[in-house]
Amino acid sequence: MDLPVVLQLLDSSVRLAAPLLLACLAGLYSERAGIFDIGLEGKMLAAAFVAAATSAYTGSAWFGLLGGMAASILLALVHGLASITLRGNQLISGVAINFLASGMTALIGQSLFGLGGQTPQLDGPQRFGALTLPLAETLHGVPVLGPIWSDLVSGHNLLVYVAFLAVPATWWVLYRTRFGLRLRAVGENPAAVDTAGVSVVRLRYGAVVIAGVLCGIAGAYLSTAMSAGFIRDMTAGKGFIALAALIFAKWRPWPALFACLLFGLLEAVGIRYQGIRIGDFAVPVQLMQALPYVLTVVILAGFVGRAIPPRAGGRPYVKER
Amino acid sequence: MTASSALSAPDPGASTLAIELVGVSKSFGPVQANKDIHLAVRKGAIHGIVGENGAGKSTLMSILYGFYHADAGEIRVNGVTTPIPDSQAAIRAGIGMVHQHFMLVEPFTVLENVILGAENGALLRPSLARARAELKRLEQEYELDVDPDAVVGELSVGHQQRVEILKALYRECDILILDEPTGVLTPAEADHLFRILGHLKEQGKTIILITHKLREIMAITDQVSVMRRGEMVRTLTTSETSPAEIAELMVGRRVLLRVEKGPARPGETLLEVRNLSVTDAKGVARLKSVSFAVRAGEILGVAGVAGNGQSELLEVLAGYAPATSGEVLFKGRPLDLSRHTNADDRRDVGIAHVPEDRHRRGLVMAFAAWENSCLGYHREERLQGGFGTLDRDAIRDLARKGIERFDIRPPSCDLKTANFSGGNQQKIVLAREIEREPEVLLIGQPTRGVDIGAIEFIHNEIVALRDRGKAIVLVSVELDEIQALSDRIIVMFDGAISGERAAGQTDERELGLLMAGIDPGKGRAA
Amino acid sequence: MTPALPRWADLVLIPGLNLALAFLVAGLVVVFIGEDPIRAVRILIQGSLGSSYGIGFTLFYATTFVFTGLAVAIAFHASLFNIGGEGQAALGGVGATLVCLAVPWPHWALALPFAILGAGLLGGAWAFIPGYLQAKRGSHIVITTIMFNFIASALVVYLLNNVLKAPGMSLETRKFGEGTYLPFMHEMLGAIGIEMSRTPMNLTSILALAAAFLTWLLIWRTRLGYEIRAFGHSEPAAVYAGIDPVRITILVMVMSGAMAGLMALNVVMGYQHRLVLDFVGGAGFVGIAVALMGRSHPVGVILASILFGILYQGGAELAFEMPAITRDMIVVIQALVILFTGALENLVRLPVERVFARRARG
Repeated sequence: MDLPVVLQLLDSSVRLAAPLLLACLAGLYSERAGIFDIGLEGKMLAAAFVAAATSAYTGSAWFGLLGGMAASILLALVHGLASITLRGNQLISGVAINFLASGMTALIGQSLFGLGGQTPQLDGPQRFGALTLPLAETLHGVPVLGPIWSDLVSGHNLLVYVAFLAVPATWWVLYRTRFGLRLRAVGENPAAVDTAGVSVVRLRYGAVVIAGVLCGIAGAYLSTAMSAGFIRDMTAGKGFIALAALIFAKWRPWPALFACLLFGLLEAVGIRYQGIRIGDFAVPVQLMQALPYVLTVVILAGFVGRAIPPRAGGRPYVKER
Repeated sequence: MTASSALSAPDPGASTLAIELVGVSKSFGPVQANKDIHLAVRKGAIHGIVGENGAGKSTLMSILYGFYHADAGEIRVNGVTTPIPDSQAAIRAGIGMVHQHFMLVEPFTVLENVILGAENGALLRPSLARARAELKRLEQEYELDVDPDAVVGELSVGHQQRVEILKALYRECDILILDEPTGVLTPAEADHLFRILGHLKEQGKTIILITHKLREIMAITDQVSVMRRGEMVRTLTTSETSPAEIAELMVGRRVLLRVEKGPARPGETLLEVRNLSVTDAKGVARLKSVSFAVRAGEILGVAGVAGNGQSELLEVLAGYAPATSGEVLFKGRPLDLSRHTNADDRRDVGIAHVPEDRHRRGLVMAFAAWENSCLGYHREERLQGGFGTLDRDAIRDLARKGIERFDIRPPSCDLKTANFSGGNQQKIVLAREIEREPEVLLIGQPTRGVDIGAIEFIHNEIVALRDRGKAIVLVSVELDEIQALSDRIIVMFDGAISGERAAGQTDERELGLLMAGIDPGKGRAA
Repeated sequence: MTPALPRWADLVLIPGLNLALAFLVAGLVVVFIGEDPIRAVRILIQGSLGSSYGIGFTLFYATTFVFTGLAVAIAFHASLFNIGGEGQAALGGVGATLVCLAVPWPHWALALPFAILGAGLLGGAWAFIPGYLQAKRGSHIVITTIMFNFIASALVVYLLNNVLKAPGMSLETRKFGEGTYLPFMHEMLGAIGIEMSRTPMNLTSILALAAAFLTWLLIWRTRLGYEIRAFGHSEPAAVYAGIDPVRITILVMVMSGAMAGLMALNVVMGYQHRLVLDFVGGAGFVGIAVALMGRSHPVGVILASILFGILYQGGAELAFEMPAITRDMIVVIQALVILFTGALENLVRLPVERVFARRARG
């Protein structure tokens, strides 16, 4: 493989990793605060639909983004109501949100556009276009570094950069701010936070809403940046791959980046090479597709380093008695 | 409440009172935890609040700390009426609390725990720097030495408690509430704690100490308030009262923990424990080469401060925790100590077990009483109905017999177990375990959370079992209970046996020293 | 302290109110897309229960959901949340298919026991791994079963592409021999002189009733069921009682997976007579809604399955009569049922408890 091919592969890995990364970080905020979130998929899907639909009507990808975030936040609030206020089962709530999004987007999509659940094709300002970073043109001729800068780093749409910048931002928020300290504490021992005079409910809602915002961006990315419109069930399990990446990363921001890039690369390779051969053995495409899930199970089983979730995760906070 | 008549003229004394509770009531569903409580705590005093389990002490303090809302009543802090809707308000009013179960974030450092909720500014760096300096000052002032960068989960219980106190002081509290602070401490750690409390008092802090240990009340408090069944019975000046008087107020009549029992007639050795050791998953030694024997027809009391290896001992003997080394012989034959799923084998040979925690272990709370009447014995031949089913009629008959014999109320075997009172739940467990006439009964905290009437009943059943020639291992943190029931007493400290005494030839003072790991009899024949 | 609710409130009132809320919101959705919900309900009922044709289809769907619902319910009794029904059912289909294709079966009665074995075995095996990992390694069962759904889907695609594929474009196996076809309900009823339209409803519906009865026996009458419930309510109490958590977790998961796998009898062996890609079609997930709605009781599961059967069959009619209401409406209702009877249960329960507590106090 020569450099252009490698660059192309990495380039598409980056594109594929961006939505995973956003959803993964969304899960990170929620689960670090003690709220399990298997509804990442549903929030992303709802956002993808509303973003594409809004963009189609308004002609602006930016309004689409806002609409997508609003839809995702709405579902996040349902999850918050169920798991924080009403102390219901967080996993069941997540399952319900995934189905709700899957059914509603198709139903409303058909009712609005009559295209079998799709939105119309988006183009021009209805989409987030590629950005050319400074010097991309001028440096193109420089060997190795030039193409890396101009082909791999430059030339993505805005939301890709947002996704990757969200990693250091999340790290900083989590470990350098008061909010981050409290967030991590409430996922480990909510009673400690409560007795310290901080509202557990408000913190957890905060975390859940942030997860909504990030899933909203991820969804908008799928339908208004990576593709040109919404199609039914277009998340296709990305929310669960993000969840897998979160476990893979043991709920930490920087490892989350690497996990998402790895899963993005797996997907890119699977798309580009329909039949990979290792010696005489032809690796089936399906194995490549299943690999993120298999790796996650292996990690969960503790064969390669143990993944220990936040201690208070999944349990509603009830004052003792 | 006539006991509170001293408060009827609030004005003159108001400025000298740190805390004043007026007519505070609180109920949880049908249970009234606090009834019209009046309490006055003087500034700069150490004020004890005593009462039995379930007397309402912790609820009262949780109201004061804003954790629960009172249904009625008023809280005055430094003479000013102060509503305390949440912990934040309590902290603002200068109240700090050290909870019985620590409120710490284990993966955090001491520093992070201290600033949590009391950060200055949205960024952590300045908060941490300020806390580091402040901790250094507090350490020198109050003997509160803790490494600020240590991870809390790796600290000893005593040190974790200091972190809790530091948290309160960092929030500049003037009034510090401690809920059963010595329950988990070794005597040495408890002494250290009392020294710290002494320093705090010198600095003008007010301290409220909740406990059920009379010794602590007598040793350290200035005033003591006695609670019973959700009511405030009386407030006394410690120097003018006696343990006997307090105890009487606590239970409402003279404490008669003298169980009617004749001398033991020990027979053959039934259970022999040899060099039993347990190391937990974290690599901490929980049991250190423990050896003892129990004979038929005797009650062996296992005394000690909670957390000194008694629970682990029971778990290994009962077959649901593996031992690291050592052996246990039952009638001369070794028991399998390798697995955590040996509970069945124990029952098969005739070892019954009333666990320390009946809510979590001894009973399935969601089951009907009859279903719990065979928990652990559900594989018995006589309860099988064929084709892998259970004979429900046989089990119900068994349950009804137990209900009758142990006077369990209400006498309904279809009632959900969670809806019985603590004493009756314990009787369900006892009925199940004693009904089979086991050779050995392992029993942990038999009367924890049990009302007085039931305590007497349970104690008499234990003695009756002994008189039928069975061996009993009794683990209890209540020294009175150990002394009243045991024929022989071993004391545990730090996972090892610190001494053994015949029940008639020792006293509270000596046992107390053994519980602290000090053997006053060293040199004397053991 | 939760005051004790009367049994009828717990078993009828609260699930009823939850369900009413779910359908109220569903009705609002219908209004939102500009259709008349009352008319929609009429078409729904007419299409699903108005003819023997509709009823046959309704019960055919319901049969599938009884199996996947029981699968989730069994696991719930051990406090395990098995989201893997979808994958386990897919593997069950592979198991049944392998049995049906292996031998030229002379008669369905001979093939059936082996197909049950094959479907149960592979479905169970697919749940065994998550069960084992949860019991022995503490891997969260919800996450592993989700992952196993995706792995199963990749595996089935691979098998249909590379191993079991029939010649032609579509991803499916060749047709089974006729000696494996389970008798259709209209055939069986016709034999005793009762007329019924031709529908896919087949012998498996009777097996589903048997499965529900056996599940009831298992949970409430057998020693194993006693141990499962004890473990589900309190693991420490189970250990104290000599019940091995590893054994129970693995056993329950295997039984749950096997039950999910058996749905393949209905669809693969009873109707399609070949393995078609994606024959499970979300039935594994419907099982979650069914188990929640049926409160994990076999009778409840049957009733909830019939309701979802009505939705599936009536929904198809509805999509035909009112094109704006596509079959996705079923997924929406399924989501709302899971939401209101599962996650938001306390929305109704807490106020109801308060009302009863007030009445109890006088």
